[in-house]
Amino acid sequence: MTGVSGLVAKVVDSYQRDKDMLIQILLDLQSGFGWLPKQVLDEVSKHLGVPITRVYQIATFYKAFSLAPKGKHLIRVCMGTACQVRGSALIRDRMEQLLGIKVGEITSDMKFSLETVNCLGCCAMGPMAEIDGIAHGPLTISKVEEILKKYE
Amino acid sequence: MPRLNSPTELEKLREEIKARRPPRPCISISSGTCGRARGSEAVITAFEEEIKKRGLKEEIDIKVTGCLGFCEKEPIILVHPDEICYLNAKPEDAAEIIQGIKDKKVVSRLLYTDPVTGEKIEHESEIPFYKRQLRIVLSLNKWIDPRNIEDYIIQGGYSALSKALFEMSSEQVLEEVKEANLRGRGGGGFPAGRKWKETKNAPGEPKYVIVNCDEGDPGAYMDRSLMEGNPHSVLEGLIIGAYAIGAHEGFIYVRQEYPLACENLNWAIKQAEEYGFLGENILGSGFNFRVKVHRGAGAFVSGESSALMSAVEGKAGEPRFKYIHTAVSGVKGRPSNLNNVETWATVPLIINKGADWFRSIGTEGSKGTKIFSLVGKVNNTGLVEVPMGMTLRQVIYDIGGGILKGKKFKAVQTGGPSGGVIPEQYLDTPVDFDELTKLGSMMGSGGMVVMDEDTCMVDVARYFVNFLCEESCGKCIPCREGLRLLRVILNDVCQGKGKEGDIEVIEEVAEVMAAASLCALGTTAANPVLSTLRYFRDEYEAHIKEKRCPAKFCKDLTSFYIQPEKCQACLICLRNCPAGAINGDKGLVHWIAQEKCSKCGICFEVCPPRFSAVVKLSGEPIPEPPPPGTKVIRKKEG
Repeated sequence: MTGVSGLVAKVVDSYQRDKDMLIQILLDLQSGFGWLPKQVLDEVSKHLGVPITRVYQIATFYKAFSLAPKGKHLIRVCMGTACQVRGSALIRDRMEQLLGIKVGEITSDMKFSLETVNCLGCCAMGPMAEIDGIAHGPLTISKVEEILKKYE
Repeated sequence: MPRLNSPTELEKLREEIKARRPPRPCISISSGTCGRARGSEAVITAFEEEIKKRGLKEEIDIKVTGCLGFCEKEPIILVHPDEICYLNAKPEDAAEIIQGIKDKKVVSRLLYTDPVTGEKIEHESEIPFYKRQLRIVLSLNKWIDPRNIEDYIIQGGYSALSKALFEMSSEQVLEEVKEANLRGRGGGGFPAGRKWKETKNAPGEPKYVIVNCDEGDPGAYMDRSLMEGNPHSVLEGLIIGAYAIGAHEGFIYVRQEYPLACENLNWAIKQAEEYGFLGENILGSGFNFRVKVHRGAGAFVSGESSALMSAVEGKAGEPRFKYIHTAVSGVKGRPSNLNNVETWATVPLIINKGADWFRSIGTEGSKGTKIFSLVGKVNNTGLVEVPMGMTLRQVIYDIGGGILKGKKFKAVQTGGPSGGVIPEQYLDTPVDFDELTKLGSMMGSGGMVVMDEDTCMVDVARYFVNFLCEESCGKCIPCREGLRLLRVILNDVCQGKGKEGDIEVIEEVAEVMAAASLCALGTTAANPVLSTLRYFRDEYEAHIKEKRCPAKFCKDLTSFYIQPEKCQACLICLRNCPAGAINGDKGLVHWIAQEKCSKCGICFEVCPPRFSAVVKLSGEPIPEPPPPGTKVIRKKEG
């Protein structure tokens, strides 16, 4: 697949092959691919001239990167303190119950990824969750099912 | 736009913009992240269409601004010049508001209604939420479209930079900031002037200046709001700082969770370069300065200064020992000065108005204002900027409008995961760097999370420990292992598996972590636990000895129960129960089969408030269900 190699080269070039920009390069690739396949990491290492171990160190240290593919819809339940005191743990539990997965997992039909996030800064809407970048809030436990149905 | 090459050209441009903009009504619509989450984009479209439809393009302007702070009531519409303030605007309100402007009438149904007096309030500045604030850093947000540099310029933007570059030496700028006693707004409260001086005097070139917008504290978002709503104020502060320190290169580190902040910042940098506020020979002064944006990739610990500097180098954001300050050896081993967004945004104000003015606001040791994100169980959620020294009670009750749903206040959490909780008896404490530290908490970056009687303090401690456990980089043992041990104990306590002696172990571990951790994340990590223990030890003891959660929050210690005498057999809980644990029928009292109950809390939530039949029980036996076929006792309506 020269396609991947070409794409990676393009992103690396857009940062003038500056090794300091490794995190920025991976962020662009993560948002382009939705995750970071092994081949992408290998290509980054090759094009940027940094050891593969360092690429992996960065890709595993920071939470924004994912080494596994994600579901079609990404649900991020906010677990910021403001949402927490307004009952976000119950919202998370309800999501887990309805989707039949735990946080960090993907439904077997690859439809939903469930994640928690530390704070999205929409504290007035707490408890809230973001689905595919769209904020939903304030949530109640009984509303969760209805919202998920929209994404079926 | 050609580059500006002198202060005169800047002033000329300012006059030109003023002349170009005829005085006519302007509708500003707030559309920061929280505004957008509440549908501001649809509102903007509706206004644009309405104005187009009526052919009013030459009569009424629209301005899309960043966050106006009253997040609870977003999207907010301000009609200038009278500052009529409409809250929770919807697309369908556009026609009425525009008609109101034409007729010079106010649409009273969209105004703020005082919950106590029932009085309608027209002007933003008279709404209690705003009235008690002192907005200086946030003051321009309502006037500025963050993507239009001219909006900033017309408000006097970049005049501080021009003053610094042409009327002051770099030493004078530094002295002014030192005189003002500006303390870092990111949490530490270290005097910015001293840090600047150390960087300036440190040997080695080049020197760097850095903006920390890696606002990781859960429950705090003032930096996001500033960066989204008024990015030029941050840039202007940074360039002034660079001039004072002698740096020609800067970095701005922004969380990738804040996409709008990144967008608006990049926009601002591009415009600032075009106008000659960034780049070579700024405003013709001979001073050069460039800035690069780095997005953070999601690591709380990267907000620590030495860790952030590693991240800027493209490395894992782990902290290092700081016996040599980052001011001496920071990015690439060069002298580097880092301040957070709010600190940088305060600098232009100090240069323009002088250190004496700044020192006239605030308390003895803490000068100026501070922005707090007032969130949690409080009526008016939002960003509040107040002079240092205002009491917690004033912030929570006068500005925040008191506790949600009339519940009882229990504590306020400040300082995020490094801070602690402050109980009711200290509500009259003035808020500043030193006073909050005395209470075992800290001001931190400005998160203020209000908690009520339904909040379990042990769970709060567990929450922060869990958070930090995931965010600890693992480099030093006291932080890594200490947090893990605390997590195990606190999970046990919350699950009713706590045992005698747990509290003592917690205290011992906390002591070691505070003494031996490498960075501030570890040394302060036990604060939320210690402060909850200090003020709410009885709650810990209830969990451990009586297996009871006084706030009835901890799932494992709480059960749901339907009071037979109150149940009206409305079937709502029965239909909504996902576990099929509720039994009953039309006319028959409902009851919960405890062994099936998953404790999701839906029945408690959906039971109509006029019945309030579902209750939580903790630490007491659950009464036997009513005999089969028990009929409801009808409640007399009215």
